[in-house]
Amino acid sequence: MPPSDTPEKAPSPGVEGQPLIVFDDVVKRFGKLTVLDHLNFSVAPGERVTLIGPSGSGKTTILRLLMTLEKVTEGVIWVADEPFSHMRRGQGLTPASESYLRARRKSIGMVFQQFNLFPNMSVRKNVIEAPVHVLGTPKDEANARAEELLELVGLGDKIDAHPTQLSGGQQQRVAIARALAMKPEILLLDEVTSALDPELVAGVLDVLREVAETTDITMLCVTHEMSFARDVSHRVLMFDQGQIAEEGEPEQIFGDPKEERTKSFLRSVLDNGF
Amino acid sequence: MFDLEWILQNLPRLLEALLVNVQITVFGYLIALTLGLLIAIVRRVPYFGAVLHAAMEFIRTTPLVIQAVFVFLLTPAFISPLTVGIVVIGVHYAAYTAEVYRSGIEGVAKGQWEAARALSLPVSRTWGAVVLPQAIRKVIPALGNYLIATFKDTPLLIAISVAEVLTVARQIGSASFRIAEVYTIVGFLFLIVTIPSAILLRRLERRYAAV
Repeated sequence: MPPSDTPEKAPSPGVEGQPLIVFDDVVKRFGKLTVLDHLNFSVAPGERVTLIGPSGSGKTTILRLLMTLEKVTEGVIWVADEPFSHMRRGQGLTPASESYLRARRKSIGMVFQQFNLFPNMSVRKNVIEAPVHVLGTPKDEANARAEELLELVGLGDKIDAHPTQLSGGQQQRVAIARALAMKPEILLLDEVTSALDPELVAGVLDVLREVAETTDITMLCVTHEMSFARDVSHRVLMFDQGQIAEEGEPEQIFGDPKEERTKSFLRSVLDNGF
Repeated sequence: MFDLEWILQNLPRLLEALLVNVQITVFGYLIALTLGLLIAIVRRVPYFGAVLHAAMEFIRTTPLVIQAVFVFLLTPAFISPLTVGIVVIGVHYAAYTAEVYRSGIEGVAKGQWEAARALSLPVSRTWGAVVLPQAIRKVIPALGNYLIATFKDTPLLIAISVAEVLTVARQIGSASFRIAEVYTIVGFLFLIVTIPSAILLRRLERRYAAV
């Protein structure tokens, strides 16, 4: 396989104006392992981008960097025209402090593969915890919003249940409601259906389709659900070995992939029961 | 050789002294529970945590009696032996409960920390509402065992003449020469407290293990 050509920095098709998220020459290493290799890309406000690629290609790391669960090794991440992985100091940039990150990441929400609901709290408490204690939303307002969101994800009747009493699919829908309760500008979805039994996947994806259709939240989505990616995203980024191997509109990537790596990846996914 | 009447005569004094043991246990254990938790959290701070860990290791590897005598000799005379005893037992057992809390905290899934971070929860809520409730629930049985252990160690404070049950028993014994009897009674008194406590603890354990 030839070395990767330079990834394009072209704006997303059909979306104009200032990008919301910019990865500027981002490198992420874990020890000697390079997970992201001088990565450049940007995401426009309201854009929904799906990240695909073989496991270990760095997709999840991108989400974890944006959620500040990891720190960049080199390069800078920008969100809303302000440095995000770093902060301004004088003319230059310096790695972001914890308090800076806490302030900045409020606008970003994440849904995890393993749901990560708080098992010691009811569904309601899970959803209102952050609005009440981070945004300072009054309790009755947060409760009303929680009821609304749980209705949206089809779990209005489970509001006083505990996470352990719910199926995986239901837990994941609560996790989506919990993330939305913070009114995020950016929603990160990290293989949200990978841990679910096959019959529960559709319910979760339907909820996300609804969120995609009814809001203008910018979404970054790592998934192996190709049909979902095709339906929901404006743009697909194909990752391989920490770099963007190919990017384009879903029709092009799935219908007419240019790169051999994309083709072989899509073949392997299709062979696995898609 | 057991003289029931003699026993009944001396029982009130011993029971009264046993209350001192209970008092030491309650206050000492409260110190152990709160201080241990504090230590378990602060231990995660780099450098300072390591120093704290070494100090706790030192406390766990030296005898409680010697710690009690040592601290007693260092404290000014106006502080009563009882107070010294409570503090020494409390700190001693904090070194153990800190380890218990630590294992509970480490048992909380990484995803819980990450979810708390993803929701931008402040440090106080991450610990207070997410991590500690889950960690402590898991270690309640282990913490309970240290309650009984604390109680069983209270007679060691005879070394600093706290007026607890063993100290009183020694006084009665040396005045009456009925040494075997008086110490047998003390042994039974301890069993009367520890057996029901142990049964209660097992129940507690089952209740929390069920989740």
